[in-house]
Amino acid sequence: MPFRLPDRAPHFVRRLPTPPLGLLRPVFQQLMAGLLRRHPEMFDRLGEYGRVNFLIDPVDLPVVFIMRPDPETPLLIPYGRDAVPEWSAAVRGPLPRLISMVNGREDGDALFFSRDIVIEGDTEAVLALRNAIDDADIDLFEEVTALLGPFGRILASLHGRVGPLFGRAAAIMRRGAGTGGPAEGRKA
Amino acid sequence: MSAMELVCPAGTPSALREAVEAGAHAVYCGFRDETNARNFPGLNFSRKELEEAVAFAHDRGAKVLVAINTFAQAGRTKLWKQAVDDAVSIGVDALILADMGIIDYAASRHPDQRLHLSVQASASSPEAIEFYVREFGIRRVVLPRVLTLPEIRALNDEIDCETEVFVYGGLCVMAEGRCLLSSYATGKSPNMTGVCSPPSHVAYREEDDGEMVSRLGAFTINRFAPGEKAGYPTLCKGRFETGGRTFYVFEEPTSLNAVDMLKEFRDAGVTALKIEGRQRSKAYVRQVVGDFRRAVDALASGADAGDLSLTSLSEGTRETQGVYRKTWR
Repeated sequence: MPFRLPDRAPHFVRRLPTPPLGLLRPVFQQLMAGLLRRHPEMFDRLGEYGRVNFLIDPVDLPVVFIMRPDPETPLLIPYGRDAVPEWSAAVRGPLPRLISMVNGREDGDALFFSRDIVIEGDTEAVLALRNAIDDADIDLFEEVTALLGPFGRILASLHGRVGPLFGRAAAIMRRGAGTGGPAEGRKA
Repeated sequence: MSAMELVCPAGTPSALREAVEAGAHAVYCGFRDETNARNFPGLNFSRKELEEAVAFAHDRGAKVLVAINTFAQAGRTKLWKQAVDDAVSIGVDALILADMGIIDYAASRHPDQRLHLSVQASASSPEAIEFYVREFGIRRVVLPRVLTLPEIRALNDEIDCETEVFVYGGLCVMAEGRCLLSSYATGKSPNMTGVCSPPSHVAYREEDDGEMVSRLGAFTINRFAPGEKAGYPTLCKGRFETGGRTFYVFEEPTSLNAVDMLKEFRDAGVTALKIEGRQRSKAYVRQVVGDFRRAVDALASGADAGDLSLTSLSEGTRETQGVYRKTWR
């Protein structure tokens, strides 16, 4: 049976304390730099919208992200929900649905019709981002394993074997999934 | 019996590859400018991308059709003419055109190029279609979604031209190429600038009680209750208050799905089946194209196509057979 992500993280995850952002920020910055190296066409397709500050709000996590897909200075910065900075365009939704959309496995419009994904602010910028990501053939698992160097290669080689375990964990998470509201934040 | 041609959407090079891999006989796409009716940010093809896409499709036996189907603006027709010249020199299999002046340019400058008449031209009578065939050598007409199945059958008996019908995707309010709702609200339209309800004029707001409000320009066009399925933010899909009632005045947010009518289309003489959705993702393209290819092949071989449930991808997660099976006066 193919591995399927749960619809959302369990309810308790959002209530967890904010993780140590100082440690996380360099990791996400490296992830963004890797995206620019491996998918320059995505940044090219974004054009002027690369200078927009996007709020990426996984509503089932205790953190949100500000993403600025500017090829000159690409940024992906996690923030606690109590300190969300200004943004121009927002995409909110459960983390597994956001990942599926980035990986090209789920249709953004369908997630919008079903109200799983909510967008706010600069709609044009969100649409440009969605289209550019969709064209880029991104696989977030590959991006993370590339980030981890030799450890990533080991993880990638284990992927087929641990898939069924992830599948069982995902089924348990689906049963225990709860709800969570969006981040407050401030629109610029 | 040979299968009908499945004509599939591609908003990006990646979606084009998905469409071809999923079984599209032909893929339609457009340049990254206002010459095509899906001129949305982040969509469409540069000249170089189109060249690569044509090579990819031709290597796998699929055709590429290029939509240059907006109406050229006075004093700026060079943009449309250049698009025609570039698409021809890249080697696309057909141009999908709407503007009579641009059709005339393409027919006289590139007499060997196959030309299709876009749905945007809104040609729905034998006389109109025969005019385009006689004057410009149009080989196929994409029929506006205003005709019932018996009307399509009667039309095919009278014209000397292939017909292509929409079988899946978003619907218009049956005034294709002539709709002014988007222009009225935003100053931009699918006919002239290639955008219906441009996202630059769309805003969503989620209220504290979970209600989602959508606005287009100065108009509030819908309020969705918490959990209620949503639709596109176009005026024609708006829910307005009139005569003491609040309802979908023009049409409901619903997608066309005519997968159960393929045999009837074939028997009515239809050549090609069109899937709408260049603004949709490659996940949509993969699923819809794959399912329709199975249905087309099953029809040709007399087999069962199996389960073809596409409701989750539909606008408002609801489907209709539209005017093909007209149940209203």
